[in-house]
Amino acid sequence: MTAPRPAGPPWPDPIVELRDVRFSYGDRPAVDGASLAARQGEFVGLLGPNGAGKSTLVRLVAGLLAPSGGTVRLAGVDPHAAPRRTVARLCALVPQEPRLDWPFTVREAVMMGRAAHQGLLALADRFDAGAVAGALAACDLDHLAARRVDALSGGERRRVFFARALAQEPRVLLLDEPTAFLDLAHQVAAMEMARVAARGGLAVVAVLHDLNLAAAACDRLVVMAAGRVVAEGRPDEVLTATLVREVWGIPVWRGENGTTGAPVVLPTVVGPRKTGPR
Amino acid sequence: MIAARRRRLVAALAAGLLATAAAVVLSCLLGPHPVSLAAALAGVEPDRAILLGLRLPRAAVAALAGAALAGAGTALQALLRNPLAEPFVLGVSGGAALGGSLVLLAAAGLGTISTGAGLLAGAAPPVALGAVAGAALATLLVFGLGRIGGRLVPEAALLVGIVFNAFVAGVITLLKLLAPPEEGARLLYWLSGAIGYESGGAIAVGAALVLAALAALVLLSGQLNLLTLGDEEAAALGVDVRRARAIVFFAASAATGAAVSLAGMVGFVGLIVPHLVRRLVGPDHRLLLPASALFGAAFLVAADALARLLFLSLGTEPPVGAVTAFVGGPFFLWLLRRTTRREAAARA
Repeated sequence: MTAPRPAGPPWPDPIVELRDVRFSYGDRPAVDGASLAARQGEFVGLLGPNGAGKSTLVRLVAGLLAPSGGTVRLAGVDPHAAPRRTVARLCALVPQEPRLDWPFTVREAVMMGRAAHQGLLALADRFDAGAVAGALAACDLDHLAARRVDALSGGERRRVFFARALAQEPRVLLLDEPTAFLDLAHQVAAMEMARVAARGGLAVVAVLHDLNLAAAACDRLVVMAAGRVVAEGRPDEVLTATLVREVWGIPVWRGENGTTGAPVVLPTVVGPRKTGPR
Repeated sequence: MIAARRRRLVAALAAGLLATAAAVVLSCLLGPHPVSLAAALAGVEPDRAILLGLRLPRAAVAALAGAALAGAGTALQALLRNPLAEPFVLGVSGGAALGGSLVLLAAAGLGTISTGAGLLAGAAPPVALGAVAGAALATLLVFGLGRIGGRLVPEAALLVGIVFNAFVAGVITLLKLLAPPEEGARLLYWLSGAIGYESGGAIAVGAALVLAALAALVLLSGQLNLLTLGDEEAAALGVDVRRARAIVFFAASAATGAAVSLAGMVGFVGLIVPHLVRRLVGPDHRLLLPASALFGAAFLVAADALARLLFLSLGTEPPVGAVTAFVGGPFFLWLLRRTTRREAAARA
């Protein structure tokens, strides 16, 4: 993140604010009165079982869906009503399953993040080139810049999409399962990149499934179930055995990472069991 | 990096222009009656009349139709995120043919067209508008029915297009039976994809439509790049997806309608040309779209000249649509197998 960020207007605090938001797919409610806030410089982990409404909530923040109730504010504007270009300058979304069917090069794919800053024919100027160079460097993609995206490994592709989001120079970064399908080292690297982005002043909201990774990396956790927010706060406050049992429906052992002090939960229902009375 | 891109753009466009010019010159000089360029320019008859009155307008028609179909094909492929999308396969050409036929027969029925050699030519502007309207309706139908659960499914849209083509073929067969025999024969000849000799007025209307449509698509080419990522991602990157899609729909329909009204049903140009040009210049639509249009023009002019020459000894010529179908049918199947194999490999 070497590229200097233009000083924007004084952003509202919190920069992301959802109040009592509702959204249904057909008659199936996905988000059922959820509230969420994220401040600049904060890394928020959005947790919850499958179908809890996490991805939908993130899409509502990005303005890709219109809420059927409640209010969504992104830097003070309604992201669904605002022009797409305006929203794309405020907020970048790294999708869960990035599509890369067309043989663009890594540099071209990252340059696409600049579209909202460019004119009709998307002609790149030196600011665009600078933002792309900074994003490529931040994601360790310099050596791959000329490679075709459809020839990359899963971990490399993720970095391309992350770089594209950084090149967008947003104030808010939304990540939909940034660690899915990645091996352990790449998962840690992805979380580290998100942390660095937050330290650089972005509000980062990430949908996560790995509770321990989330507890170790995030500043704050928000837990959803059935379209509602059921808990939020510091990882060590939120991640209790009781909560996990209530929300995910499985018994867990709750402990602490001896090295980092971060809370750790482990399921107690699979694997070899202790013999004798428990 | 930006300078390199600009050089590639200039090189691709220069090559496309050169290929078109070469094809036009060849097409003008070759045919049953050899024409001497020097004699024609010096005003010697019949060389002059053949060149300026027949072969040049015919090459112009082929060039316009080729550019229109290749440009529309490129844009539809981006929109559908599938290299198999093409005006002919998707039924857009079929819709244009149906719209044009209805206008043509309605006009003939009303007796508003002067009879004689210029019948088709005299009706050209209204036929062109009918074709554009038919193409637009077919596009809306195919992309409307190609949505499953609110998501555009390319395979479904392609199937709808193929079924729509069969439907159109049936309706046109009926129209031909209902029409007076002479009108029916004309209709069939037009639709078979034969590039005939159009009036200056018809060519001018076609040229205006094609150039306007291609200009709109070129202006939108930066957004076409983003649309290849999918609607949601394009929207997240700042594209007003509905507006962009509406413009592509309308421009591709206008280009296809104009091409069909000039040259009838010429298939697969929008499939073959963008595919080959993509291999040459890469996937960036700001480069790909204008280059495809130029090479499409060159391709159809050359195919038309080839159609004229191949059967010279038999004293006849097949419509150019037959030539493109002969090449394009197998090409479609090859591309289909390759695409599905790639998808299977990507999933594995």
